[in-house]
Amino acid sequence: MAVRVQAEPFDLGAELDRFAADRRDVGAQVSFAGVVRGDGGLRHMEIEHYPGMTEKAIAEIEAEAVARWSLKDSLVIHRYGRLAPGERIMMVATAAPHRADAFAAAEFLMDYLKSRAPFWKREVTADGAEWVAAKDADEDALKRW
Amino acid sequence: MIDVLYFAWVRERIGLPRERVETQAATVADLVAELKAREARYEAAFADVSALRVALDQELSEFDAPLKGVREVAFFPPMTGG
Repeated sequence: MAVRVQAEPFDLGAELDRFAADRRDVGAQVSFAGVVRGDGGLRHMEIEHYPGMTEKAIAEIEAEAVARWSLKDSLVIHRYGRLAPGERIMMVATAAPHRADAFAAAEFLMDYLKSRAPFWKREVTADGAEWVAAKDADEDALKRW
Repeated sequence: MIDVLYFAWVRERIGLPRERVETQAATVADLVAELKAREARYEAAFADVSALRVALDQELSEFDAPLKGVREVAFFPPMTGG
């Protein structure tokens, strides 16, 4: 289990090469990466977070995923600060003996990171800057778990 | 004394990221009422608390939660991570 909250970019390939590399009890690894979408004239995105609470909240979400799906390993990396379209914002990786658990745990992690980890996105366009509003659909997504 | 933190547009409306507040407020809602009574910028930030979330000592909580023993209160809009 690992959580990293950082301003710097991460190397997705290198992270996945290292992830659960020394384990022999894993048959499935699932990963997801979130990318800044450059539509709507987006110049860049700014992500604010709550240092201290962010790491704690993600670690709690991760611990729940590990327990519910018997994960052998998991990794969450989430960036903050200024990000340009095309840049990777975050990634999750899960490792389990079988793929159904690895997929479900990755989806669970994504759903919870969206509305329970203290990050706030602000989109900057030619017209100015606007905070991204939370979507009801994101809150509803938690109910399936 | 309690540390009060603000994030995202709450921080922008109030005009500062954190402050130390001298208060005897029993609950989060009482603290919000005290802050709103201070100045228009607090009134603007806390106009609709249903649009806000609160964390007590870095754990998500509720506006009717007691403040006894709490050292850090944070106010922010619904989170938009991922």
